[in-house]
Amino acid sequence: MTLNQQRKLKTILTGLFAWTVALVLFFPIFWMFITSFKTELQAISVPPSLFFEPTLDNFRIVQERSDYLHHAWNSVVTSFGSTIIALIIAIPAAYSMAFFPGKRTKDILLWMLSTKMLPAVGVLVPIYILCRNYGLLDSKTALVIIFTLMNLPIIVWMLFSYFKDLPKEILEAARMDGATPWDEVVKVVLPLSVGAISSTALLSIVLCWNEAFWSLNLTASDAAPLTAMIASYSSPEGLFWAKLSAASTLACAPIVIFGWFCQKQLVQGLTFGAVK
Amino acid sequence: MKRLTKNTLTYAVSITAAMTAASAFSATQITVATVNNGHMIEMQKLTPEFEKANPGIKVKWVTLEEGVLRQNVTQDIANGSGLYDVMTIGMYEAPIWGERGWLQAVDTSGNYDEKDILPSIRGGLSYDGTMYAAPFYGESSMVMYRKDLVKAAGMEINDRDSWEHISDVAAAVNNPDEGIYGICLRGKAGWGDNMAFMTAMANSFGARWFDENWKPQLETSEWKDAVSFYVDLLTKYGPPGSSSNSFNENLALFNEGKCGMWIDATIAASFVTDPKQSKVADKVGFAQSPYSVTEKGANWLWAWALGIPAATKNAEAAQKFVRWATSKEYIQLVGQKNGWAAVPTGTRTSTYENPKFQKAAVFADAELKAINSADPTDSTLKPSPYVGVQFAAIPEFQAIGTTAGQMISGALSGSMTVDQALKSANTSADRQMRQAGYY
Repeated sequence: MTLNQQRKLKTILTGLFAWTVALVLFFPIFWMFITSFKTELQAISVPPSLFFEPTLDNFRIVQERSDYLHHAWNSVVTSFGSTIIALIIAIPAAYSMAFFPGKRTKDILLWMLSTKMLPAVGVLVPIYILCRNYGLLDSKTALVIIFTLMNLPIIVWMLFSYFKDLPKEILEAARMDGATPWDEVVKVVLPLSVGAISSTALLSIVLCWNEAFWSLNLTASDAAPLTAMIASYSSPEGLFWAKLSAASTLACAPIVIFGWFCQKQLVQGLTFGAVK
Repeated sequence: MKRLTKNTLTYAVSITAAMTAASAFSATQITVATVNNGHMIEMQKLTPEFEKANPGIKVKWVTLEEGVLRQNVTQDIANGSGLYDVMTIGMYEAPIWGERGWLQAVDTSGNYDEKDILPSIRGGLSYDGTMYAAPFYGESSMVMYRKDLVKAAGMEINDRDSWEHISDVAAAVNNPDEGIYGICLRGKAGWGDNMAFMTAMANSFGARWFDENWKPQLETSEWKDAVSFYVDLLTKYGPPGSSSNSFNENLALFNEGKCGMWIDATIAASFVTDPKQSKVADKVGFAQSPYSVTEKGANWLWAWALGIPAATKNAEAAQKFVRWATSKEYIQLVGQKNGWAAVPTGTRTSTYENPKFQKAAVFADAELKAINSADPTDSTLKPSPYVGVQFAAIPEFQAIGTTAGQMISGALSGSMTVDQALKSANTSADRQMRQAGYY
């Protein structure tokens, strides 16, 4: 086998492997999508059917029973709202830690990350009681605060690792030209980090969008996001797979479309360093 | 400047007055928390009728998965948050929460006709003679079987057959090569899953959860006989992976025509006879649950009911809603709008006396018989200190039942023997009861 052939084979094998992994990952979503067009009887049939007469009944039922737009709006407000607030806090924090590290910066970063290691249910009761006392149960404000705090460590870490790789000389040059710290962040750091910030923001939005634990525990109807809507289609007594799949498809759709449009930034942010 | 201030003040006062007036006339809003099942969804659809009859009240719905509902509702009630005005609870919670003062008593005055409610259901939802939740629909358990398969195997199923006979029928019908299994039963761990079934079966073998001194009795020969019989039956004639099957999984198998028999909640009767979701709708027969040494407690009793938390700020509107949703008139309304086969059953005598219902629901007689034969206050052969057929209505039972369910599910999947499973379950129950101060 010549070197060229070897290279070709390697490319084909890598491609094959990548496709297999992608298909395995995508299969549950594909299955959910096609189940949403089946009747309940088709949804449970063994062996499962791939070819069937599709029906839109499940979507009609979901639309009739749940106010999809109400839930979707709550999801948009909570995930975008909390991501914006988290970025406003995280950008200056990551900037100061990356460019002016102190003796304890590493410890602070580790401590921030350690808060993610605590199981959420461990703080459910105190947070529930706080929300009750401040009248925040079933309010979007509570979810925005919780989501912000939940994602802050990850956002700070991601931005910190990115800012750290930015050459300090660029900032020094800016300072020589008389830039204030505010100018440095706004006019130098931010334009250089658009990719990183958008991918971080997108990750945060996706995490908030998919968050179910706090959404289910702290909301009832007014602030219930799409995750709560999906949960309402699980049934203790009765078949519900097709309807549940339809509700899930509707809940996933906006974020998948959004992710599709932001694909470029996401890949760029996750794969490229600052200056290469 | 003075004039401006005066004007501003005038506007502010008039706006405030207008807002106060508006809020005085605005509707009271009540939030109803419920599980997702057919009858509840129907109630949600018919709510505009209630709102039309009570113009001052608006109803908001929160539908949740059963486990999440229990958790949310318990949180809400224990913290007095007042997030929900009406909540769907089961027969297990109603007497316990009623005793603790967490629920308001149901207003049964006037034309509500409390006496029309089936006595066993009313008893199960009451504490000290007061009803703390109004039954929306009730259920017991019974045998659902494939008439065609049983007949073809030359067998017969009758009310109150013995477990031995059920095992014989399962053996005769079982044909795994054709994808047909003799019997489908719950195996998924959970106090409301496999343990609901297992407890009713164990009752009929003469078992009980606790003796008169609240000592757990899981290591007795009655429990061993019952669980061994169950494991043996399902291992030989059950579908593969039975230890992860509960109501919905078995419903899917039965509707697909894969089960010869299925013993489960009576509510299933309306699903398995519905041609829209069952391939065997016209081939299903019903019979009363089997027994071994006693008929006592051989079939369970459960009701989904509407309760009003003590912390609600809209008690009057909540009472009005609960009375409407659990009334005879509501059942009439569903019958007229959706047909009599779709009405919520298992709550009122008048439903079963209605000729239209009798004609529409082929399972009506079997269901009523099953519900009436279950007595939560006397469900074990030997005396027991607790109320409940397939559970003991004490707060500790959820944890005890779930642990036992995990052990028995383990025995079913073959990861431990029946003796080991019952020993671990008993030890765990003993520890919990001791910690809770029962002895």
